[in-house]
Amino acid sequence: MLENYLPILLFLIVGFGLGIVLFVLGYFIGPNRPNPIKGSPYECGFEAFEDARMKFDVRYYLVAILFILFDLEIAFLFPWAVALDGIGLAGFWAMMFFLAVLVAGFIYEWRKGALDWE
Amino acid sequence: MSDTIYLAIVLAPLIGAVIAGLFGRVIGRSGAHWVTIAGVGIAAILSLVVYKHVVFDGAAVHNAALYTWLKTGGLSIEVGFLIDRLSATMMVVVTFVSWMIHIYTIGYMHDDPGYQRFFSYMSLFTFAMLMLVMSNNFMQLFFGWEGVGLVSYLLIGFWFKRETAIFANLKAFLVNRVGDFGFLLGIAAILMYFHSLDYATVFAMAPGLAATTIEIFEGREWLLMSFICICLFIGAMGKSAQVPLHVWLPDSMEGPTPISALIHAATMVTAGIFMVARMSPLYELSETALSMVLIVGAITAFFMGLVGLVQNDIKRVVAYSTLSQLGYMTVALGASAYAAAIFHLVTHAFFKALLFLGAGSVIIAMHHEQDMRRMGGLSRYLPVTWITCLVGSLALIGFPGTAGFFSKDAIIEAVHESQRFGSGFAYVAVLAGVFVTALYSFRLFFLTFHGAPRMDHHTREHLHESPKVVTVPLTVLAIPSAVLGWFLAGPMLYQGYFQDAIHVAHENDVLGEMAEGYHGTWQFLLHAFGAPVIYIAFAGVLTAWLLYLKYPHVPAQLAERFDFLYRILVNKYGFDSAYQKLFAEGARRIGEGLWRAGDITIIDDICVNGSGHVVRWCAGLLRRLQSGFLYDYAFAMIIGLLLLLGYFLPWASLLG
Amino acid sequence: MALSAELYYLIPEIILLSGACLVLVLDAVLGKEQWSFTYTLTQLLLLATAGAILFVDPGQAVTVLGGNFILDPLGVLLKVSICLVALPVFFYGHDYNLEHGLHKGEYYILGLFAILGMLVMASAGTLLTVYLGLELLSLSLYAMVAMNRDSRMASEAAMKYFVLGALASGMLLYGISMLYGATGTLQLAGLANAIAGQTDNTLILTFGLIFVIVGIAFKLGAVPFHMWVPDVYEGAPTSVTLFISSVPKIAAFAMAMRVLVDGMQPLAGDWQGMLIILSVLSMIAGNVIAIAQTNIKRMFAYSTISHVGFLLLGIIAARPAGYAAAMFYVLVYSLMSMGGFAMVILLGRKGKEADLLEDFKGLSERSPWFAFVMLILMFSMAGVPPFLGFWAKWFVIMEVIRAGFPMLAGIAVFFSVIGAYYYIRIIKLMYFDKPLEMKAIKSSRQMRTVLSLNALSLLILGLWPPLLMALCLKAIGL
Repeated sequence: MLENYLPILLFLIVGFGLGIVLFVLGYFIGPNRPNPIKGSPYECGFEAFEDARMKFDVRYYLVAILFILFDLEIAFLFPWAVALDGIGLAGFWAMMFFLAVLVAGFIYEWRKGALDWE
Repeated sequence: MSDTIYLAIVLAPLIGAVIAGLFGRVIGRSGAHWVTIAGVGIAAILSLVVYKHVVFDGAAVHNAALYTWLKTGGLSIEVGFLIDRLSATMMVVVTFVSWMIHIYTIGYMHDDPGYQRFFSYMSLFTFAMLMLVMSNNFMQLFFGWEGVGLVSYLLIGFWFKRETAIFANLKAFLVNRVGDFGFLLGIAAILMYFHSLDYATVFAMAPGLAATTIEIFEGREWLLMSFICICLFIGAMGKSAQVPLHVWLPDSMEGPTPISALIHAATMVTAGIFMVARMSPLYELSETALSMVLIVGAITAFFMGLVGLVQNDIKRVVAYSTLSQLGYMTVALGASAYAAAIFHLVTHAFFKALLFLGAGSVIIAMHHEQDMRRMGGLSRYLPVTWITCLVGSLALIGFPGTAGFFSKDAIIEAVHESQRFGSGFAYVAVLAGVFVTALYSFRLFFLTFHGAPRMDHHTREHLHESPKVVTVPLTVLAIPSAVLGWFLAGPMLYQGYFQDAIHVAHENDVLGEMAEGYHGTWQFLLHAFGAPVIYIAFAGVLTAWLLYLKYPHVPAQLAERFDFLYRILVNKYGFDSAYQKLFAEGARRIGEGLWRAGDITIIDDICVNGSGHVVRWCAGLLRRLQSGFLYDYAFAMIIGLLLLLGYFLPWASLLG
Repeated sequence: MALSAELYYLIPEIILLSGACLVLVLDAVLGKEQWSFTYTLTQLLLLATAGAILFVDPGQAVTVLGGNFILDPLGVLLKVSICLVALPVFFYGHDYNLEHGLHKGEYYILGLFAILGMLVMASAGTLLTVYLGLELLSLSLYAMVAMNRDSRMASEAAMKYFVLGALASGMLLYGISMLYGATGTLQLAGLANAIAGQTDNTLILTFGLIFVIVGIAFKLGAVPFHMWVPDVYEGAPTSVTLFISSVPKIAAFAMAMRVLVDGMQPLAGDWQGMLIILSVLSMIAGNVIAIAQTNIKRMFAYSTISHVGFLLLGIIAARPAGYAAAMFYVLVYSLMSMGGFAMVILLGRKGKEADLLEDFKGLSERSPWFAFVMLILMFSMAGVPPFLGFWAKWFVIMEVIRAGFPMLAGIAVFFSVIGAYYYIRIIKLMYFDKPLEMKAIKSSRQMRTVLSLNALSLLILGLWPPLLMALCLKAIGL
């Protein structure tokens, strides 16, 4: 049954090979004449005044995580809504229970101040 | 007679011991002595019943196994009783002496905190001794043998806070261990060649193996019987305190006086004598062993008596006297006069118990002072003790008519008759022993009861006769000491009292020869006046009178004049110090050496600490793996995964 | 069966989930002053859940929700044990949290969710349910470890735990996918049937099995997947270590039983070999490295690793009696471990953890009774008769001999002897060394009572081991 995976293997080989070949080609064929101006970071005509690797506020992550949570909830609600006809009352109450749990979590994060920026 | 009664005799003291020992606190002091005295009393009365049944009614010998403990490879180890005239006699002696001493103990140990424990031990001792005496096989004999040894150890060290007592009981235990080792070898040899431990079987087979020889060392043939008998006798030497294994007995005086009486007078020390008499069918087959018995006994009889001369502790004198008398019994055994040995054992049990208890009575009166140099003139204060001690001393020296006279005279006569190698030496030794016996006995008697009082004022004021529980046993013991010989001498010595219990080969039968000249006790008595023994004894008494009453300053001068001899005697021929240096020190050295080399170096350093260090070192090393870096941890997991994959994946199927 | 009838068997989990949500909301709404209320509610909830499990206990194996959920005697016993063991754990933890300023509702809420995950694992009927429960448990635990945000060590420990845990989860999931690929089913019963029926896919099956084993081994903390254990035990607040060291081990055992025994008994020959390696390595590394520790929490971590080695012995036997012995072991272990950490909590005070070995010096002078309690715990862990720990070792070693691995039993005995060293060293410290300070032990009466009962139960149950063993045998169906 391993032969079923042969296309995947071929795909991997071709993918890696193509990437490497392109890099190598560019390195050898392309003209390479660097100078300081060319090498400096691009800052819309200004002097570069900050390091590119800047720190983000940790609150971005919090918000991002909460966003993902509720985003997934929506993603879960769509197929449920479409299939509601078929799954009946049990399906309805199951989703209600799920939402209740989610709401509990929501209340928690709200009370804990996860939604306050300051 | 059923098994039940024998079982009751054995178990009654055991039950008493268990109750007094384990529930001593519950039943209290009087409860403890009542229950043990009742137990031993039942045993004593039942023993009498058995005795009457066996001796007077002429019942057949009872020999039956009661209980099979284990069976293995054709060997069965059983508990059983052999009741014949020998064991019946011993049972009566053991239980009665023990009973008396139990009663006496009530008075003697009155204020001791270990009262219940003491009674428990004594009853336990009675139990072990009965098991020994009544046994019908070697295993049970050994059980009883070790049982009495154990209890003796416990009793000598009864006052376990005294350092000397601990020393003495350890000594008794170790010396007996030497003897027991020989004993065990003897039993092992019997098992090896007879494939049985049952007396009857072994005795029946013995003549058939009489000519068997064994080779222990290359090129040296030994008669099997000699080997077995000598090994067994080594055991007897330990228990019955024969030279050179006698050293424990004088020290055992550290125990309370009832123990001195119980162990040294009546019971434990006679175990060896009893055992040899019981084994007479074996001993009769080995001239060599009997000669050894004879010589060892003679040496003990004379030389230990001499040591008794220079002792000042009243109990020690009696102890050395016991050694000497045990020597007499052993001599009798060696001369094939087993009956005379047992007879002396019986009479000695009474008068020696009497003397010990008398000494105990004196000690009580003197407020636990044991040094005779601080006594004197006690006859006025302790009349009962005085008269009973006189009876005991007379019996001990063999005053005509007393119990000791008959038994000792028979022994001396038997040795005289014997043709065995060593009998000449033995005869001289026992004769000289008579003089020595008389001398030390009356030295004790005069120093204690006569002459000027030498105790301090306070003690003298409080002198008074001991209570009834002490004097009654004294009186009860004094009577048989005086008259027992009249009843027993004839039957026991000459008229086949023991029947088949003791076997004597015809050519060795010295008592049989003597029986031809025996015409009743009176004749015996009169005949004795024609022999030197009595006069020697009188000479001894006279010397004692001269030295200790008439000219009391002479002994000191003599001691000074013969300083060398005196020292030898005081040092007890140097046995103690030699053993102390050679064996005790040596063993300690070896032990210490082994401890250093074996325990500390090999076990502690290499095995225990060494392995500990290795483990700790490994631990320190392995601990480094726990670097604290996450990638190391992840790496370890990946490695583990790869190892599992590498090891368990069926690579063969993958490649092929 | 109708859905409602099927849900009947899930009542305990539903109660726990609803209750946990309720606690969550109440805790958030009521605020700081009511944390003791949270604690009380948590304990009541656990009791209710345990009661509900016993209430719905069908007395036989029942499979509901399309094979996803199994309720059998094994599951019932393990689930009840999880709830009951969690009771004193939260009790001790509560005491610690009060003392050390960690008194937050999250401890209990996360704990409840972790327990929910464990219950799901113990009743899992498919590999996916196993994974679901495991993740719920693990995520809760990661957060619990990091609960003390001001502690660098705790944060570091949580980070390590999380990353390694994710790695292990990934491997487990990968293994599950392999098994699914080879057999076409995720149901444990179906998996067993499929494996028994086919022989041509051994390669993939073994491949998947190895990854699954890695996942289980990580959860149990078997060498070489144990690296997280010492760091997490030491770094986490003691109340959390207490929790991690006791209750989840029962769940990990349940997971091993479900996956290996229910799902892959036909592959026993393969997983026996793997577990032998893990078990031997765990016994060696756990017992040996523990000797070099000076921190008692770390020492307990290595002790746990070695106990896992012993626990695996029972599973290695691959027979019902062996499983019962392993179950006995895990229950006993959770009792002992809980008591050990409770002692650490007892000795600690505000702002000062008593987590060094030297904190135990001269305990017998400070408190003879608690020195004795610790002595019982240590003797039991070392496997000294008649304490319960001895019987635990005895049963697994007997089983492994009966199963035909006398060598393995020999190794186990040897390393339990080495292990005895560091347990008895604590006794030596308590009884033969001078205390560093002569302060009396300050703790509530309830704490003293519960801890004493905890230790005495090891002695009393140890005097009559068939009592607990009978339960285990019954749960296995013997």
